[in-house]
Amino acid sequence: MDRNNSRRQLAAMKQSLFDQGHLDEQFIQLEELQDDANPNFVEEIVTLYYRDSSRLISSLEQTLHFCACGRERNPLDFNKLDTIMHQFKGSSSSIGAKKVKAESTLIREYCRTGNAEGCRKSFQQMKKEYVALRKRLENYFQLVRQAGPMERACRPK
Amino acid sequence: MGMAKDNQFHVLAVDDSIIDRMLIERLLKTSSFQVTAVDSATKALKFLGLVEDVASEIHQDVDVNLIITDYCMPGMTGYDLLRKVKESKSFKDIPVVIMSSENVPSRINRCLEEGAEEFFLKPVQQSDVNKLKPHLLKSRVKEEQEQPINN
Repeated sequence: MDRNNSRRQLAAMKQSLFDQGHLDEQFIQLEELQDDANPNFVEEIVTLYYRDSSRLISSLEQTLHFCACGRERNPLDFNKLDTIMHQFKGSSSSIGAKKVKAESTLIREYCRTGNAEGCRKSFQQMKKEYVALRKRLENYFQLVRQAGPMERACRPK
Repeated sequence: MGMAKDNQFHVLAVDDSIIDRMLIERLLKTSSFQVTAVDSATKALKFLGLVEDVASEIHQDVDVNLIITDYCMPGMTGYDLLRKVKESKSFKDIPVVIMSSENVPSRINRCLEEGAEEFFLKPVQQSDVNKLKPHLLKSRVKEEQEQPINN
């Protein structure tokens, strides 16, 4: 009974992540790559994503001068910013992080037009989403483990 | 070390992104390819034994049936790698596929003109990987046809 409950909760959780625009089709593609030999591929790649992208986040924060060092008045290195964002957007896209990817596109656009304020504001939005998604996916994977090995990729409605 | 297992095709995947390497490796293995994944074009060339534009005269132990590479990489790009492979006597017949997160028609055309078999937009899908087998089978048939001459 508990397992059925978990599965229902799981389906609802997934539906909500999609309905609210946090995840896109790519996430389903990842789930379809799971099999008996690789049952935790999605969790593994998402974990790797958060681990790998944390250094990019730090780099972005440094480059955006979010360090109260008085350098805020100096012009931003938009090229460097865009290079980091290119990587960040790529990884986010590969795991299906829809909103993070959209915010990343916005930041790159602001880099292109040399809009420092836009970059900073977008980055803060993006980081909020990035952190919130991590928490939600942690909960999701915990539930996946509870629901048991029968969970296969199923498309949300 | 780099020998193809039985009749399995061996794909060399090149991408500086650790996430994308993990993804492409999983995609390829799902299609029963043997995979070697490296994080730079330089490492790819080293793996092939193509160093300093000269492939060693001693026959390489490496048997790569297809190279799939990201376009945008620091240092040597996927495009540079494509050119080096196509310019090499030993490896010019290996099919090369380019991946890119950016949909730039001029980029795509340039790669195809340089000899890339396919150009995949990232994130790469199973349906993209399914397009690889025909290129590999074609190469294998060609290899087998050339066998008697080499013996």
